[in-house]
Amino acid sequence: MMQTFDLEAEGLRALNTALQAQTRETNQTPWQVLNPKGAHAVAVGLDAPIDVQVKGSTGYYCGGMNKQATIRVAGSVGPGAAENMMSGRIIVEGDASQYAGATGHGGMLVIKGNAASRCGISMKGIDIVVHGNIGHMSAFMAQSGTLVVCGDAGDALGDSLYEARLFVRGSVQSLGADCVEKDMRPEHIELLRGLLEAGECDAKPEEFKRYGSARKLYNFDIDNAGDY
Amino acid sequence: MCGIVGLFLKDPSLEPDLGKMLSDMLITMSDRGPDSAGIAIYGQETQNRAKLTLQSEMPARDFTTLAKDLGAEPALDVTLAVNDTHAVLELDENMLAKARAKLQHLRPDVRIMSAGDTIEIYKEVGLPAEVANRFGLQNMSGTHGIGHTRMATESAVTTMGAHPFNTGPDQCLVHNGSLSNHNSLRRKLRREGMAFETDNDTEVGAAYLTWKMQTGSTLGEALQSGLEDLDGFYTFVVGTKDGFGVLRDPIACKPAVLAETDEYVAFGSEYRALVNLPNIEAARVWEPEPATVYFWNH
Repeated sequence: MMQTFDLEAEGLRALNTALQAQTRETNQTPWQVLNPKGAHAVAVGLDAPIDVQVKGSTGYYCGGMNKQATIRVAGSVGPGAAENMMSGRIIVEGDASQYAGATGHGGMLVIKGNAASRCGISMKGIDIVVHGNIGHMSAFMAQSGTLVVCGDAGDALGDSLYEARLFVRGSVQSLGADCVEKDMRPEHIELLRGLLEAGECDAKPEEFKRYGSARKLYNFDIDNAGDY
Repeated sequence: MCGIVGLFLKDPSLEPDLGKMLSDMLITMSDRGPDSAGIAIYGQETQNRAKLTLQSEMPARDFTTLAKDLGAEPALDVTLAVNDTHAVLELDENMLAKARAKLQHLRPDVRIMSAGDTIEIYKEVGLPAEVANRFGLQNMSGTHGIGHTRMATESAVTTMGAHPFNTGPDQCLVHNGSLSNHNSLRRKLRREGMAFETDNDTEVGAAYLTWKMQTGSTLGEALQSGLEDLDGFYTFVVGTKDGFGVLRDPIACKPAVLAETDEYVAFGSEYRALVNLPNIEAARVWEPEPATVYFWNH
């Protein structure tokens, strides 16, 4: 049975306490949150296979540290959405502000609109699918996981990248230090096909270009001093 | 951290509610800036009349007979509307320079918060709700307005350190962020003849824009050259007599949200500030791009 929570009437702490109290075995799986009205820290720190629908736009840190839960936001999210996500799924129907999915370890973040600057900064295993464009300095120092962008990418994409994989369908304003375009091999097409499907996106994997680390900045080399 | 709100009305039927909507937005941004608050409000223009908004630490002493004292000279036909620590002086626009000179002589402690045809600026130390209430912001009407809630980082918490800053006739600036080259730029602008009242970084940004416009730039050009000359973090919102603009620095770590409908353009540091605006559900809501000048005119 759907649990309905009016955030305006009941308050943020009560909401997060109720959601965080759900266990792995809970039978209260569907939840809806009404009147988020741009509130910060909505549905953070969840650790149960529940399904949370947020009926409107949120502020900072929506779905932060998520584990297992599926969170769907029928609106836009402020800075730091899905920050440090461990597992589960977060779907944003609108836009995301800066550093969406930052430091995420796992799970999937889907942004159906645009993401602003620093999307996927320092990502550590999360998969991020953005239907629109992303801003500058996205995937900065990204360590692992996959960032898929169906639109365009801003300046300095993938600066100081480690092993994260980046796929962009549109233009890239500029690549960051040590980020280079790489060949699309059949295994990348297959990987992308699965991510696009999971990300509720009908783009064709063949239309994307792949970017990754040139691996020149892993260890300090005086010849690369100008690139750091 | 600071909070910025702005509301530019396209639909004149909303003008009586400008103060009500703007104060609601301002108070929502209290936790971004609880130490002081201010607003610039653009009201009705009276032909050939100009306005000075004045501020005094001792309003009873300074304002009680001010209209009479200024009017002692027959050419100065002035009216004075006292509002708490502030007062709006209305006079013939050709007498503005004369009135300013006379004011400095008669009331050396009175500060001029704004000058122009329609702008009024009110700002004080305190929680945004207290500041809004003491000036009766809720009851003000106008065509557009800008508000700021301050969490001071670069200079002391004082009335004059609060935003908005009046940059030129009917122009104002509010700022979320911190400028890192404000000391060197202040020295440079002093050599160019600009005067400063505080150690505040935003005042330097405001003086920079004024200086640029005095030397031939439009506001748009002044903002554009600010991208080169102002070092640091900023989301700026500027107001003019009939317009309203937004500029973020190229790094764009200071938040900003814009919303537009057929009735208004609204700015908030966060979406929270916009949620009670009429018909917001149907608005186009977006995050302004870095290093891009946005501007709306009546």
